[in-house]
Amino acid sequence: MVDPSEAKGEGSLRKAFGGVLGFFILLLIGTLAFSIRLFSVIKYESVIHEFDPYFNYRVTQFLTKNGIYDFWNWFDDRTWYPLGRVIGGTVYPGLTLTAGSIWWLLNNLNIPLSVETVCVFTAPIFSANAAWATYLLTKAPAHLFEVKGTGAGLTAAVLLAMVILFLLVFLLISDNQNVPSYISRSVAGSYDNEAVAIFALIFTFYLYIKSSDLKNYTQTLNTGSLFYATLNALSYFYMVCSWGGYTFIINLIPMHVLLCIVTGRYSSRLYIAYAPLVVFGTLLASLVPVVGFNAVMTSEHFASFLVFIIIHVVALVYYIKGILSPKMFKVAMTLIVTIGIAVCGAVLAILIALVASSPTKGWSGRSLSLLDPTYASKYIPIIASVSEHQPPTWPSYFMDINVLAFLVPAGIVACFLPLSDASSFVILYITTSVYFSGVMVRLMLVLAPAACIMSGIALSEAFDVFTRSIKFQLPKLFETPPSDVWQLIGDTNNGTQDELAKVDSKIPTEKSETTVKERPSKKNRKKEKEILEKGKEIKEKGKENVEKVSDKRQNAKKLLVLPLEASAVAILLLIILGAFYVVHCVWAAAEAYSAPSIVLTSHSHDGLHVFDDFREAYAWLKHNTDVDDKVASWWDYGYQTTAMANRTVIVDNNTWNNTHIATVGTAMSSPEKPAWEIFNSLDVKYVLVVFGGFVGYPSDDINKFLWMVRIGGGVFPHIREPDYLRDGQYRIDAQATPTMLNCLMYKLSYYRFVETDGKGFDRVRRTEIGKKHFKLTHFEEVFTTHHWMVRIYKLKPPKNMTRGKSKKKINPKTRTKISYQKNRNKNPWQ
Amino acid sequence: MAKSSSSDAQALIRSLRSAYAATPTNLKIIDLYVVYAITTAVIQIVYMGIVGSFPFNSFLSGILSCVGTAVLAVCLRIQVNKENKEFKDLSPERAFADFVLCNLVLHLVIMNFLG
Repeated sequence: MVDPSEAKGEGSLRKAFGGVLGFFILLLIGTLAFSIRLFSVIKYESVIHEFDPYFNYRVTQFLTKNGIYDFWNWFDDRTWYPLGRVIGGTVYPGLTLTAGSIWWLLNNLNIPLSVETVCVFTAPIFSANAAWATYLLTKAPAHLFEVKGTGAGLTAAVLLAMVILFLLVFLLISDNQNVPSYISRSVAGSYDNEAVAIFALIFTFYLYIKSSDLKNYTQTLNTGSLFYATLNALSYFYMVCSWGGYTFIINLIPMHVLLCIVTGRYSSRLYIAYAPLVVFGTLLASLVPVVGFNAVMTSEHFASFLVFIIIHVVALVYYIKGILSPKMFKVAMTLIVTIGIAVCGAVLAILIALVASSPTKGWSGRSLSLLDPTYASKYIPIIASVSEHQPPTWPSYFMDINVLAFLVPAGIVACFLPLSDASSFVILYITTSVYFSGVMVRLMLVLAPAACIMSGIALSEAFDVFTRSIKFQLPKLFETPPSDVWQLIGDTNNGTQDELAKVDSKIPTEKSETTVKERPSKKNRKKEKEILEKGKEIKEKGKENVEKVSDKRQNAKKLLVLPLEASAVAILLLIILGAFYVVHCVWAAAEAYSAPSIVLTSHSHDGLHVFDDFREAYAWLKHNTDVDDKVASWWDYGYQTTAMANRTVIVDNNTWNNTHIATVGTAMSSPEKPAWEIFNSLDVKYVLVVFGGFVGYPSDDINKFLWMVRIGGGVFPHIREPDYLRDGQYRIDAQATPTMLNCLMYKLSYYRFVETDGKGFDRVRRTEIGKKHFKLTHFEEVFTTHHWMVRIYKLKPPKNMTRGKSKKKINPKTRTKISYQKNRNKNPWQ
Repeated sequence: MAKSSSSDAQALIRSLRSAYAATPTNLKIIDLYVVYAITTAVIQIVYMGIVGSFPFNSFLSGILSCVGTAVLAVCLRIQVNKENKEFKDLSPERAFADFVLCNLVLHLVIMNFLG
């Protein structure tokens, strides 16, 4: 007979140890997530990367300098000249507010970090938070760690097995959070919306599952689901503040609710989890100025309202079913169905009429391009031209999620085995995110957490099976088993299968529970003795167990115990797999995703070359031009120019005004004089071009030029793309079309280029250029950076119109003499 | 056919009434509150139809506050109802506290949005 208090003491000690261990593992995970993203700071410097982060950095600077009221009402006149931009109303404030408040907090604690430092390190901090949120989210569908008092699940396992399980699941989730696709958008220095938004996404999903979960009521901590539903709504608010991708949440959750209703899993918990979220969520989303009334008027939100109505109908139906007798209920149903269909038809007709009246059926351009991948290339060339919006290639999947790519299907299967609300949610999440990541490579970011969760589940189930197999067969190794011990072990398996199968069994009495719990000890002898003892007790009950054991459990018993050697080898192989994954992630983080594209490096035989041309050009602009001078360039460089050079630009990365961008594109595609006139009408003083032909930098303006033509041609029809192509091919050598050779972009890129090597060999296009010696008539070159990567030109002031006539008047005699002698018929005034 | 369906309808209404009369008083109070909230929302919509929706944010916040309290009251009713086996571990005081807290948050947001 086992002393129950002693067993309980051991159980709680084990639980406590497990809890502490879990806490330290989570801490390690956070540190790992943070440090793997620091490669760019180590290899280059603590600088902000890419283009979009510069805008966010500039906005954060403004916020910290001028306070929140000015930020909320800020009208920026230094971009999109002469239109300006209402920043308060068109920016997603979540990221800047987060970084601003971190900076403010630290400064008030007398830790004087600069705004730039805070901005650079915001992303790694939030990636650590995202890793912890993923752990929380995976707990529910994986059915792990059910702390249900003394009765079941993992508390029955050996300490070692528990350690392995904890360790591996946590490490896997953590390593999984370092999946390269997520790293790419959250390295130190990548100060973009997604850094914070992914954390908000995962946390919102976690709170949604928590608020619809049954377990909350069996815990002794008072967790009520309405409380979590409110928290869920607040977390959704944070997501809406942070990223335009919040529409994913507000469509996925209704889809999941609909799925639950349709598969018959409706319950009142679902109502409590969903209905407040819709009301709160719509309200909170309308609070954010960017979204405003779009929260109730665009099609992206209609799904949530539709499902809101549906869930009320279903709730009412269930309620009536509960209070009526079955016969009456049938009558009610027929009545309701006839009336209901009529009403529904009317409402639907109104809705369709409303929606169809708008040309895009109520959806925004970006959402439409997600639903129909060919939409953008047909109608909105700007969206199609952004490289992040292209569909990903197959190798990029493997590069980005590596090993997880084939663990995900295993995880999906594991989720089905006991299908619950939470696991159906995760399955839906991964399916939709796989589809959307196939449309836009940028959305691989949304796929990353889903893939991590799925593979975490798969791996933990796998390890579960293997470690239990090993554990059950270890005694076999150390003792020569007599036949009754075999039987005992068989009964042991049977007994623990009672615990393992998550079916409420009517059998486990206190005795069997306490004896099972008593088993974990490190000495095999003790184990064997206990097994013998327990075996005797269970033998008596074993028969009843066996009778009441369902077929499923018998099969489960057979499946769950694999041969010892196979399990050991399998565990080893899985660990090696994990090691490969870690190596790949670290390599990807270090080599592929840590480049701040503002500074480029290359390795050559005489060491490391650093190309800092961008910052050189912006610094020149800052020091050598007037504060009010306007700079025109292609929209890629707008944010960087305003942030670093502090000059007004014509178009920038926000790309909200297609016509303005088309104007600049037309100017770049026209010959010098019309281009000069366009730029002069916009008050432009300087034109900035990026040219990679001298060093072989492939993302320069000549490579982007066709997009300028397409976008410009979309608004100004005299720019036709075929004019710039010779036989459908884009060339800049001697075979190029005259339109191409005369356009402004060609001239500004290749002006004096022939002086570098005598032949004008373009290292990116790998040919010699077509027109080598030419002069610029309306522009003058004012600055070219060290490696010819950025070239700045100034618009020449308009020619003095009287020059020609005064010339004639000054030398009338010589001129008429010559003209009279040479060409009698020539017009003397010409 | 019509007669049988109308008599069916009457029988239905009668049985609904008798079944509903059996519900405990506190649940009936909550149901009354829900009906009141929905009525207020309908009144607001009719008013908007007459007057026009100019400060749209005010209209929206008014409607959503009514719908919001109605939804929260329904959630309270679900949690307090003794026939709901899923919630038998939840004390009614805790459910009411949740209700109050969520209403507080709702009205804070409403006041901000009212404009």
